Amino acid sequence: MYLVRRWSVRHAGALSALYGGFERVVVSMHPLWKWLGYERLERPVAGIERVVKGFLFDCQMCGQCALSSTGMSCSMNCPKNLRNGPCGGVRANGQCEVKPQMRCVWVEGFEGSQRMRGGQDAIRVVQIAVDRRLQGRSAWLKVARDSADRAAVEKA
Amino acid sequence: MKFDDEPVPGYPLPILPGHTSPGRLERVLRSGAFAVTSELDPLDSADPEDVYRRARVFDGYVDAINATDGSGANCHMSSVAVCALLTRIGYAPIMQISCRDRNRIAIQGDILGGAAMGVANMLCLTGDGVQAGDHPQAKPVFDLDCMTLLEIGRTLRDEHKFQSGRKLTYAPRVFFGAAANPFVPPFQWRADRLAKKVAAGAQFIQTQYCYDVPRLKTFMAQVEDLGLLDKVFILVGVGPLRSAKAADWMRTNVPGIHIPDSIIKRMAGAEKPALEGRQVCIDLIHEIQNIKGVSGVHVMAFRQEETVAEIIQKSGVLKNRVPWYPDRDANIHLTQETT
Repeated sequence: MYLVRRWSVRHAGALSALYGGFERVVVSMHPLWKWLGYERLERPVAGIERVVKGFLFDCQMCGQCALSSTGMSCSMNCPKNLRNGPCGGVRANGQCEVKPQMRCVWVEGFEGSQRMRGGQDAIRVVQIAVDRRLQGRSAWLKVARDSADRAAVEKA
Repeated sequence: MKFDDEPVPGYPLPILPGHTSPGRLERVLRSGAFAVTSELDPLDSADPEDVYRRARVFDGYVDAINATDGSGANCHMSSVAVCALLTRIGYAPIMQISCRDRNRIAIQGDILGGAAMGVANMLCLTGDGVQAGDHPQAKPVFDLDCMTLLEIGRTLRDEHKFQSGRKLTYAPRVFFGAAANPFVPPFQWRADRLAKKVAAGAQFIQTQYCYDVPRLKTFMAQVEDLGLLDKVFILVGVGPLRSAKAADWMRTNVPGIHIPDSIIKRMAGAEKPALEGRQVCIDLIHEIQNIKGVSGVHVMAFRQEETVAEIIQKSGVLKNRVPWYPDRDANIHLTQETT
């Protein structure tokens, strides 16, 4: 919902801190996820994620969440799917070129990033091209799995 | 300007140390000269002679010619084909690549294909939304954005591999550019976005039309503060307005164009609006030329390309330098042969 999405950006600081805690819990529960089976969990977790993030951010389930780097404004709501900042078509009043009734996702994102700890730095990092295979999959489980994989590599 | 090692038209120049392309534009910019680029009137035609006719109007006044890729989301001859035709006779095109119409498989193929046909400069763009053009019913692709496109282009060139990691046997030698629009919100973020483009691989920038010099100055100061001036060449976009009415239409209907009221007023008060439009453009070039960090101008004279020569001539920015064009040195060769 558009209004909730904008509320979320206005509260980017709190939401980002909240997610920080949540992510730590999800990552620490990797053994449990592994025991239950990541693939078996995929559908139910993605379902919950779709509802929660859909409500808060109009999440499009790209499966590789970048909200922490986009000021809590989901960049997949940009009609051009821009992951790295606003295009040159933003209207003088800050509205979207393609959808004039919508505020530019990146005008919002820039404001949101100013409210987040580390947000200003995160938004300056170049995001890599979207992996379209992950569409519809859970980004939370991906974070847990990737982080466990990284830890395993570091150990080895 | 002629380089000693300038080869037969259509053949690439030797790549100098520190350069990434065999192109003339990179040479001109790195030599410190004030560069001029312009944009070919996009074609609704399959006749190659139309391409050459439209290129010829710039002869002697521009260092490179942009070949647009479905400009304004309208259907035209493809940029890769226009470039292939232009390089055949030695012109230096800038191949625009938009993310709107093709996915990463097609785009990487075009980068290789363009480079193989002698395209030395490529401009990585996101592209206008399909709603802006004559085919609003089309599917917008946007598989990549300009930033990831730059990164993929650089990977092809410097790491000799596709995004997939598969190796190339011969990498494209390309001077990569990107666009910037300092004239639309969020203003305080625009220089940072430029920094991201430079980090992703942009070596030169062509900006959107500049009609607001104070805004440009603020932007350039931010760019300098970010330490980008020695990392990227910035060419500022300019263009002649036809009339106050046309200017007002442009700023209302074309995405991303900002024209201050003062310019509209000046146009409205003019007896000969088209002439005044060219004078405004020349005055802007004079102001822009002296801003620190500006390496050139990109003259966009949509559907009045024949005015570019006059504007550049009167602005004097080339300082007696005559950019190369086919047959430019024909007379010189003749004299040398007969003596």
